[in-house]
This record gives sequence, structure tokens and C-alpha cells, in this order.
Amino acid sequence: MAQNGTSVSIQDLSLSFGVISVLHTLNLDVAEGEFVVLLGPSGCGKSTLLNCIAGLLDISEGRIFIKGKNVTWEEPKDRGIGMVFQSYALYPQMTVERNLSFGLRVAGVPKDEIAKRIARAAEILQIEPLLQRKPSALSGGQRQRVAIGRALVRDVDVFLFDEPLSNLDAKLRAELRVEIKLLHRKLQNTMIYVTHDQIEAMTLADRIAVMKGGVIQQLDAPQTIYNRPVNRFVAGFLGSPAMNFMDGRLEKDGGDWHFAAEDVRIPLATYAFEKEPTPGPAVFGMRPEHVAFNSGAGWPFAATANVEVVEPMGSDTLVWLKLGGQNFTVRVTSERTPNNADTVSIGFDPMRASLFDAQTGSRL
Amino acid sequence: MTAGQITAIQPAQEAPDQAGVGPLGPKPRRISAGRIGLYAFLIVAALFFLIPVYIMIVTSLKGMPEIRLGHLFNLPGEPTFQPWADAWLHACTGRDCNGLSPGFYNSVKITVPSVVISIICASINGYALTFWPYKGANFLFGLLVFGAFVPYQVVIYPLIIGLSSVGLFASLPGIIIVHTIFGMPILTLLFRNFYAAIPVELFKAARVDGAGFWRIFFHIMLPMSLPITVVAVILQVTGIWNDFLFGIVFAGRPNWPMTVQLNNIVNTTTGVREYNVNMAATILTAAVPLLIYFISGRWFVRGIAAGAVKG
Repeated sequence: MAQNGTSVSIQDLSLSFGVISVLHTLNLDVAEGEFVVLLGPSGCGKSTLLNCIAGLLDISEGRIFIKGKNVTWEEPKDRGIGMVFQSYALYPQMTVERNLSFGLRVAGVPKDEIAKRIARAAEILQIEPLLQRKPSALSGGQRQRVAIGRALVRDVDVFLFDEPLSNLDAKLRAELRVEIKLLHRKLQNTMIYVTHDQIEAMTLADRIAVMKGGVIQQLDAPQTIYNRPVNRFVAGFLGSPAMNFMDGRLEKDGGDWHFAAEDVRIPLATYAFEKEPTPGPAVFGMRPEHVAFNSGAGWPFAATANVEVVEPMGSDTLVWLKLGGQNFTVRVTSERTPNNADTVSIGFDPMRASLFDAQTGSRL
Repeated sequence: MTAGQITAIQPAQEAPDQAGVGPLGPKPRRISAGRIGLYAFLIVAALFFLIPVYIMIVTSLKGMPEIRLGHLFNLPGEPTFQPWADAWLHACTGRDCNGLSPGFYNSVKITVPSVVISIICASINGYALTFWPYKGANFLFGLLVFGAFVPYQVVIYPLIIGLSSVGLFASLPGIIIVHTIFGMPILTLLFRNFYAAIPVELFKAARVDGAGFWRIFFHIMLPMSLPITVVAVILQVTGIWNDFLFGIVFAGRPNWPMTVQLNNIVNTTTGVREYNVNMAATILTAAVPLLIYFISGRWFVRGIAAGAVKG
């Protein structure tokens, strides 16, 4: 992927509606050809940020550069962006072809050039048979394809996606997700994609920006965010089923650090601390899929527990236990599903754990 | 699921006494006492309101000698259309005996421009208030809606002074301006509510596509506004056609609308009261709104559902 130079650069951007501050001095650099996903719960400001980049919302503070040009106060059409919306936002009175060509007609592009670009977009998105239809005669997936085509024909530098798949059913969503990924590989454009769906984020992104309360919590490659979340919010937001959190204390006896919660003592010899730890209250996080189940000895930490609840989910099963007096889930392949009240053994390597400060929630 | 499959299943299910058999097949039609009462009431109410219409039509088709007999409900013995012709061409208002026709053309001259101008203004108002909110837009909208509650009579005198100071009092443009102004609150409300229901993303997409204020309005919003425009046309045509007060005050004698002429015909006190001509003239005047209701009843109901109830 050609990642030379910055495509979109957001510098100290703030936005407030009256006294309500939505985005706070936010900085984000997106490289040329990069696929960045803005991920967060609703109300975290991710769509707002996208609207600011598109120029549909006037910002209060800061600057926005696209392709090295300061576009902070430019009109949306002059920013070199195309945008795809959750509700498709196709013009209902126009045929698919007129929908695609609207922006070009506004810009006064010659007719043969318009025809050429529509033909290309229609071929890429495989919507050639639909060109003469009205949007009302299309299915959800077809509509979203046309909406992507509308951005495609304008030959833009940056694609902005605002939860484009949220209105589709699960099957179509998975299909179009792959198509968007293929499209990105083919076009090599910069894409900024807003979603609250972590699977979309994990599968599509080169980098994910996890947002909360108008602040980017962590901006990293999907695997880094999954394995080394910078704080408890990111850890809990990504991953399904969610990460286990255990409240306890960080203790040092002899030269080794331990995490202690009631009768449980977890040795932390293999855990990579961010900085030199201090004893005190902490939160121990462990993903359910990183726990070994009934698989013998040899783990740095092992314990036995009683099964409380079993949740079969088809491909695998979620087993609820009590560890250190707190709920703890383990993900088990469905063939090995235990019965309720069975006594089982679990084990894990604290190398894969995440430790958080009990007060600030940041990674230790 | 096809009809064939359903009929194929039915014989088996008709077998008697299956355990726990509940309702099956089409819902049985029941004629309950409540239904009968409801329909009886509706029919009586409809008859009650149709009696005056019946008398008007019957009377308008009778000659004066027959009317003097006083059999109000009888069908005309010798039906004649002479009263209708008289009402249209010869009925007297004061000294002029040109019938209703000049009033009809005056009403058309007042109604058509008023309807067109007020709807154009109101749709632009509603569009701008919805999609281009500026500082104080909500306040302005509140002010406009408040205008719908101002009694007409209160503002007539100031309006006369205002219009006469710019030389538009008692003229065709004057009455058109007055109708446009008074249509503005309810029509703006109508269009704003309609546009507010359109997803704002459509507007954003058009902006990203590079369209400006007028292009978005004419190419995207206006083509979508047909239903609400029809409602607005119905409201305005019936409202302005039926108007009497503004017509008599602001139009000026040469431009008096049909309603004013009708009043003058009916109230002319010299000579014999020609009830048949009066009835025919009244039906003629009411014909235009009536026609509008009949043609567009479906749209009108939709308009009422959209919150456009006007007294």
C-alpha cells in the first residue's frame, strides 16, 4: 500500500454546540491510502468528527488539512471527499444513473466524461442492470452500492463512510463488508469509516481510532488494540464476548509481582508492564478466548472452579465461572461444553492479560 | 404461499373435534348492535346535512310561481334552468345586472396568483427553516406560527393604512398581497413539518455533491414535495375562494370576488326576492371548493393528518 505522505490531517479540532462540548482538541493524521475506522459507542462524537471532515459541520477550533491543503472553511464539494451515509440518502425522484451523475452535472462535467465515469463505477460495483431504476425499486444492499457509486464517480481523494452497513441485515452486512475491503484494495483511496460495530472495525481497518466522549482513546492497528488496549474502556469495548475484569490488588513478595483477589493469586512474571508498577488496587483483564479449559497443567496460572451458567452460541460456548469471588467467563469450543455445576480446571498465561489502574483505568 | 396450498390443507382441518381447536380461516363478519347503531347515526347525520343541499338544488330548478306554493320538499314540477342562467348572467347587484360571472372571473384573478405566490414563498420558507438554520431561525418560525393565531379583524385597519400609503389599497395586487401574508403561517408550518420529516442525510449528500441552496431546493426538495403542495393548493384555493372579509375590504369595487357579489345579489331588496336565482347563485359560488374537495379528497385527508387543520 502506498503510504507516502498524509492524506487527512486534523489538528487541535474542537467542536461545541453552545455550552456542550462534543470534540476536544482532537488530533488525527490519516496516511495516503489508509483505511481508518472511527469506532465508539453512540454519542462518542465519531459521526460528528466525520461531518466536520466533510465540511457539513462548522468547527469551533482547529484546522483540517486534506492532501496538504487547508480546507477548514472550504465547502464540502471543494474538499475532494465523497461521503456514504447510513440511510443511503439517494435522491428518490432520480434514477440510479441520475443519482450517480448529479454531482458531476452540478460541477459541469462534459456529458461524455459523465457517461464514462458512470460506466466505470457501475462496472466496479456491478450495478449496470440497475441504472435506469428508481431507488425505491432497489434492495438495501443495492441502494448502498449506488450510494458508494455516487462517491466513486466524483473521483475523490478521500471516502467518508458514516455507518454505511448499519441498516442492512447481518448476512448482507458481511457481504458488503468484504466488498468494501476489496474496493479499498482496488482503488487505494484514503477511507475514513465510522461504525459502532467492532467486527467491521477489526476486519476493515488498517488502524482503528477508538473514541469515547469526544476523545480518541487509542489509535492503533486492530491487533494492537485487541491485545494491548491502553485503558479499561477500550479493553471492554472491543471483543465479543467482553473481556473479564477482576478487581484486586497488585502485590510484590520477594522479587515477583502478583495480582491478588480473595483466594486467587496470579503470578505476573510473564506480564509486560508499561512502566514500573507500584503496589495497590488494580483491575485484571483477561479475554474469555485466551483461557485454556480442562487442558491439563503447565500454565503459569491454573485453578479449578464450578460452572455456574453455560451459554451455547453455536460455534462455541461461553462458560460462566466464579474466580476470586467474581464472574469470569471462558470461551470453549462447543464439543467440550460442560454441564452446569461441573467442576472444571482453567489455566492461562498472564502474558495475554491486561492490567489496569483501579482509579484511572489506564494500562499498567 | 399460494391459494392452492391453503385449500389443500383445509379438508384435514375440518375434521371435527381436534383438541384445542381455535379460530381458523377468515375472520367471521359480525353485525353487532353497535355497528348498526353507528351506521344509523352516520346515515341520519348525512341526511341532516344533505337536506339544505337538496332544498337548494330543488328550489333552483323551480319557477317562481311554483316556489310561491310553498311546497319546499317537492321535486320541481316543470324543471327549468332559467334561474341558473339568470344567476350567471342577469342577476342584479344594486343597479348592475350582469349576474355572477364578473365575480367569478374576479375570484379567479385573485385566487390563482395568491395561491401560486403564497405556496412558492411558504415552500422556500419551510425549506430554509429546516435545512439552513441560522441564528434566530426558530424564533422567526415561532413568530410565524404565532401569526396563525392573530384574529384577522385586529389587523385590518393597520393593513388598510399600510396598503393605502403605498397605493395598493383597493386593488388586485393589494388583495393578493393580503392573501399571501395570511396564508404564510399555516403554509410555512405545513412545508416545514414536511421537510423536517425528510432525512437530513439527503441534504448532506447533496451538499457533498456540490449543490447549493437553490439547486437543492429545485432539483431535490421540490420534486419530493408534490403531496404537500397538493394539500397546500387545496387549503389555499378553498380558503381564498370562500373569503368574504378581505375581498370586500381590500379588493376594491371593480375586483370584488364572487362571494361579495353573491352577498349583494341575495341581499338586493328591490323587487321580488327570486329564491330560485339566489339558490342557483349560491350553488355556483360554492361549486369551486366543492369540486376541489371531490377531486382531491384523498389528498385533503392526508393534509389533515399532516397537521394542517384550518378552521
